[in-house]
Amino acid sequence: MVNNGDTAWLLVSAALVMLMTPGLALFYGGMVRRKNVLSTIMMSFVLLGLIGTLWLLYGYSLGFGPNLGGIIGNLDWIGLRGVGQSPSNVYATTVPQLAFMIFQAMFAVITVALWTGGVVERTKFSAFLVLAVLWFTVVYCPVAHWVWGHGGWLAKLGCLDFAGGIVVHISAGMSALALALLLRPRKGFKEKEPMEPHNIPMVIMGTGLLWFGWFGFNAGSALTSGGLASSAFVATNASAAAAALTWMVLGWIHRRPSVLGIATGAVAGLAAVTPAAGFIPPLAGIPIGIIAALICYYCMVLRAKGGIDESLDVWAVHGMGGIWGTLAVGIFASVAVNSAGANGLIHGSGILLAKQLAGVASVATFAFVATWVLGKIVDRTIGLRVKEDEEVVGLDISQHGERAYGGVSP
Amino acid sequence: MKKIEAIIRPEKLEPVRIALTEIGVFGMTVSEVSGRGRQMGIALQWRVGEYRVEFLPKVKIEAVVLDEDVGKALNAIVRKAKTGERGDGKIFILPVDNAIRIRTGDEGESAI
Repeated sequence: MVNNGDTAWLLVSAALVMLMTPGLALFYGGMVRRKNVLSTIMMSFVLLGLIGTLWLLYGYSLGFGPNLGGIIGNLDWIGLRGVGQSPSNVYATTVPQLAFMIFQAMFAVITVALWTGGVVERTKFSAFLVLAVLWFTVVYCPVAHWVWGHGGWLAKLGCLDFAGGIVVHISAGMSALALALLLRPRKGFKEKEPMEPHNIPMVIMGTGLLWFGWFGFNAGSALTSGGLASSAFVATNASAAAAALTWMVLGWIHRRPSVLGIATGAVAGLAAVTPAAGFIPPLAGIPIGIIAALICYYCMVLRAKGGIDESLDVWAVHGMGGIWGTLAVGIFASVAVNSAGANGLIHGSGILLAKQLAGVASVATFAFVATWVLGKIVDRTIGLRVKEDEEVVGLDISQHGERAYGGVSP
Repeated sequence: MKKIEAIIRPEKLEPVRIALTEIGVFGMTVSEVSGRGRQMGIALQWRVGEYRVEFLPKVKIEAVVLDEDVGKALNAIVRKAKTGERGDGKIFILPVDNAIRIRTGDEGESAI
């Protein structure tokens, strides 16, 4: 039976999650040098077109279609065959399956966009498009099936991921790290040339859109419009708020209360609470956010010290934030909040934490290795990196023939 | 005629403009520039830690003045732009061959 309230909320949530991708484009775009802002924005924005199309053609079927061995969906739902106005009998059973399908489409789009933060300012656009299609097909769709698909092996194991800590953040974070290692640093990175974020207000606009859209991401993942969505909504905001404040304080202890820092903290808190939002008491969002900021902050310090040019710290923020949040489910989860969940350590059971660890370890390893292999294949055939002079001139001009801030005359 | 090029702290532009106006130097061209002196760059805050910026924002004032006004103009600029800290800037004085007012075609000292 279609429930109108649930359907309205899920469709609005899908639209909210859609807005996160241009939000992410601004978040990333403001952090790069001015010669690469369009290229950076484009690597996110183009996925609304590319993945937005592929999801309807075959992605939804691979991710959520009838189960093949717990690993992947089959091709029964290719081209949305049989996916219509009536609800599915296994997913979001109170809304048209089309609503659930398009909500999931937006997750696929932003997950691919997330890892672009690791490879900005040096990736050839044509090679990026090929890599994006391969990654979506070989990494995203299977992992979505493992965790969320009916019959997926991690789902059957009892590993919990409310809104994508594993599927979205760990997979994107580990993949960004693999690709950054494969691509090697930007020209001038080793020589410590300044890589100045060129527009921090743009980063803040992006952060605002992400935070706003994340309510659709997390509260929408309740797939109903009632109490559970409300609980997830509050937990989401609690974690974002606590993490933003914590990051500001960390920056202040070391130097000054940085604006770029508080924005980064908010995103770390949002990423970390994603797997947990609908399984934990809302107030648990606060410790999850505080610890997320601490972990992500020092992982970023570590990454920088290691001389790895994972340029916009997708691994430190999303990868490590997602890992922490996924493990936090095993600590804070309570069946009093969500009867479809389980109890974590605090509510008397240690087994959930072990299941969460299995999800973290398997997806982190798979995403890293598979992405490395895919990246290597694209690099050997097409070449992942732009030519040196193209990199020096900037990717806006060399890849897109445009400049962001042109003109001398008024 | 001499051209004065003064590279100063951006926040000193207004005091310098007022002081130059007071001594009868009205015309000037101002641009935002980036530069460095012996103090090199400075450290700015990043998401964690900091990064160095090698060029700092400055303002460049260009004004062409009569030979007899050069001393007064330099005095006004130094007096208003000086803080005594590193980064106060520099002034360069260049000879000018000729000047033309585009509207009227006037040349020489009457054009400035």
